[in-house]
This record gives sequence, C-alpha cells and structure tokens, in this order.
Amino acid sequence: MNTKRSAPLIKVRRAYGVVVEGEVLISNEGFSPRYDLDRWTGLISRPGHALEGHNLKDKILITPSAKGGIAAGWAFYDIRHKDIAPRAFVFGVTNPVMVQGAVFAGITITEGWSRWPHDWIKTGDIVRVDPIKKTIRLLTAVT
Amino acid sequence: MRLTSEEKKMLRGGNGVAAKEALELQIEVGKFFGAKRLVPVSNVHMMGDIEVMGDSGKAFLERMAASGASCSVPTTTNARCIDFEYVARLGQHPDEAAKEKQLIAYLRKMDVITADTCINYQTLYQPHKDEHVAWGDTGTVIYANSVFGARSNFEAGPAALAAGISGRVAEYGFHLDQHRRGTFQVDVNVALEDYADWGALGKLVGESHQDYFAVPVFNGVKRRPSADQLKHLGASLASYGSMGMFHMVGVTPDAPTLRAAFGGAKPAEKIAVTRRDIERVYASYGAKNNPLNLVVFSGPQQSLFEMKNLAALLDGQKIRSGSHLFVTTSNGVKSAARALGYLEKIESAGGIVLEGVCFYILQNIAQIRVRNGWSNLVTNSAKLANIIGAHKFNTLLRRTEECIHIALTGEES
Repeated sequence: MNTKRSAPLIKVRRAYGVVVEGEVLISNEGFSPRYDLDRWTGLISRPGHALEGHNLKDKILITPSAKGGIAAGWAFYDIRHKDIAPRAFVFGVTNPVMVQGAVFAGITITEGWSRWPHDWIKTGDIVRVDPIKKTIRLLTAVT
Repeated sequence: MRLTSEEKKMLRGGNGVAAKEALELQIEVGKFFGAKRLVPVSNVHMMGDIEVMGDSGKAFLERMAASGASCSVPTTTNARCIDFEYVARLGQHPDEAAKEKQLIAYLRKMDVITADTCINYQTLYQPHKDEHVAWGDTGTVIYANSVFGARSNFEAGPAALAAGISGRVAEYGFHLDQHRRGTFQVDVNVALEDYADWGALGKLVGESHQDYFAVPVFNGVKRRPSADQLKHLGASLASYGSMGMFHMVGVTPDAPTLRAAFGGAKPAEKIAVTRRDIERVYASYGAKNNPLNLVVFSGPQQSLFEMKNLAALLDGQKIRSGSHLFVTTSNGVKSAARALGYLEKIESAGGIVLEGVCFYILQNIAQIRVRNGWSNLVTNSAKLANIIGAHKFNTLLRRTEECIHIALTGEES
C-alpha cells in the first residue's frame, strides 16, 4: 500500500450516522439489496454486476445510484444482525428506502458528492466517512 | 423540524414506546432530506414478510406488538413470500411458513390489515388528488403519485409501519410540489399495446435515468392506456429507474398539458422512443440454449382483467409437459376469478395460481429454481424480468400471447 495519490476531500450533500473508516468497494453500477445482494452471505450475487463476487461485510460501498425496491428497509436491518453489513453506504443519488433502511439499521449513509469519487478512489482503498462534517477522506490508497 | 404539541408528546413517550420509536425514525429520515415538518397520512401500505425481514425483523415486530403498538390509520400489507396452500407443493420450508404465520399474527395484533397485495391501488384503496399516503412497494407509490395525483414517497417496511403507528410522515420528496414537476420529456413515437410493451418503455426510460427524483413526462401517447398498462409502466420505471413519479400528457391528473406537466419550466432533456427501440428491448433477451420451461405472470399481481385474458388464452389448452406456468394475484382477485370461471380455465390448462404472493419474493425461490431445473424465466412483466436476477434466473421479456405460446410449446414462435 502507499499514499501517493492525492487525497482531496469529497463533500457529500446529505448524511446520517456515525464516523466510520473502512475498505472501499466502488462501482459505476447502482446497487439494490434486493436485486444484487445475497442476504445470507453478504456477497454481491447478481450475475454481471460490476461487483459480483465481492463481499459487503465491513466495507464502505461507493455507488452512483440506488436501484429499485422497498426491501432495503428490512434488508439492511437483517444484514446488520447477521453481521454482514457494510460500514457505510456512499451514494451519488439515493432514494428514501435506502435512507430509511440505513437509519433503521444504524448504518452510516451519505448522498451526493462534490466530485466524482471514481477518479481517485479505488476498491481496496481505506477511507473515512464523516457524516457530521459531510466529508469523505482517502486515508490509504492501494497501489 | 417543527413539531406539533402532539408530536412533541409522542417524542416524550406520551403515546407509548412504539410511537416514540416510530417518530424518532421518521425525524432522522426527515432531517436527512431536509424536511421541515411532518404531515398526516390517511392510508399506509407496508411490506413485511419473513423472506425480506428475516429473524431480526420478526423479532422487532414481536417486540413492537408486545409493547402494545397499534396503527392509528388504516394500514395494509404488501404481497408476501408464502401462499400457505402451496408450501409443500413448492418445497418451501415449513419452519419459515410457521414464522410467516407468527409474523402475520404480530401484524394483526398491531391492527395491520394483512391483505397481502401489491395492487392495493386497484383492489383496496384509491387515494384522491393531493392526498398524503405512506405506501410501500415501489409500484404502488409510482401509481399513487402519477395516476391518482396522490402524494407518497417510497416507504420501506419499518418506515411504513412507523407511519401507520404515528399517523404521519416527514414532508419531503413527492409530498412537496417542487419534486412533482416533470424533469425530462419522452416522446412516445410508437403505439404500445401489450403490457410487456409498456414495461419495455419503462425499462428504456428507467434504466437510462436512474434517479428517484427524475420525473419523466410521456408525450404523444397514441392511445389512452388502461389501468393495467399504466401499472406495468409504473412498476417498470420504479424497478429500473428507482422512479416514484411520471406524467403522461392528457392522461395523468397533473399533466393536462405538456407545459403543466413541467410546471412551466423547460425539460432538461428530450428523448424519443420508437418501435425499433421497443423491439430492441425484446431482442436483448435470449434463451441461451436452455429450456423454456417456466412462464410467470407476476410482479405486480394480476388484476381480474388480466386473469380474464389469461383464462381466454388458456381455455381448452394444456401447458407443455415438463413446463410450469405460474400466476400470482390477490386473495380478492383469485376469489372473483374462481366465481367467474377464469380460475378453472387457467388451472385446467395446468397453470398454478398463487394468492397473496409475488413470484420474486417467494420464500426459498433460489432453491425452488434449482430443484425444478429452471434456468430461463419467461414473463410479460418487465419488472419481474429485472428483479429476479439475484436468484440467478435468466429472464426473457415477451408479450403476453408469446408467453402463453411458450408455455404451451416450449418454443418461441
């Protein structure tokens, strides 16, 4: 690991939860806990999803959009209790279901970003998500 | 957020612990979206079944019911994951069925009406223009906002239950005029007929504009769509695009004119959909050299009119040996279909009609798929074609008559 990449701050528009740090899973594809996730293992299971085969547990999921469904409300609570939840959801745009589900489950969630994070954050990087300051900071970059 | 004296009392626990927790959740979500106040709702529709809730959600409901929680406004349930008459036949787990029964008992104790339907807007309750409701299942919400002109956000299970208990929701999103105006224009340069055509339109528009706050305005629709056609369009837009509202000029109540649909503003974007675009959607699906042995009419549940049509198409026919045809609908529609003879025609042909469920949320569906040797799933529902991918089905969206042809022959025409 190194920290050669510059580490500008991303400002997020909306946020809920506690400050968390963790390893990033980042995708250009939207996310749904109903369509994309195996809620028994934490694996992204939908064939062809950009993150297929990755496990959400303890990760910071950075994804541009929320897809579909009402299921997130119970699903986030369910994966939290199965100990396979991510530490934070970082959405470009989200919908109320994701927010309701994250608040109900006590998982940090943010929406909107001041710059496109995919330009400087990669899967495997370590970031800090601070819902109070509404920022995302790159802590450690993978090579 | 500005709270009324009644809401302040709730927050202090004056109306019980359940109302306090409900309001705390609603206020946190409201703060996230910048809501300034809460607004009363007249009707709530919630999702709550063991497949999506799991043991933790069931334990939550048990605790809430034991605390004396009770809904203060009429609250109904969405489709669930088990039709108790078919547990053994489908190979569902009896322990999960028992949990589902417990879960239903908890909901009823809280005065939830366990109607188990995702077409409440067709069968249970039709809100009037500008009426605030709190509905779950995205298809119900987009229908309420768009076709009735009512006001609802997507309300996930625990959020909807909170609304049922508190009798209100935070005022953000589609409860506010500013989010209900059209944001982009879709010129519909094709006459759409089958439900699958309307779903294909929803896929084209939703998939390319995934944003809850994007509100497409359909312009130039050649023929007034039926309620069922709007149902398939809305369900598809919500599924592919996470959208909660659309306008259709000359059809939906907030869009008497194109200008009115945009609230006088200019559309940010204009796109057009042609016959070629729709056919391209169908062409994008293929059988991948696996058998076409499963046809499903579900997602949303079938209306009585759809049941009548299926009965006519299957009358005197036989589903191909080794193939399966499933239909899901509500208890009320199935009862009416039985009385009218539609059910007998579908079942005589070999179709299986499940009530109170939706196919994609069936408990154990991934294992049911493997056990039956299903790979492909043929459907006229664009929503179902999208949503069931997590269970590793390869889906084919086809028009209704083509779906029936495949069920009868095992082949595409």
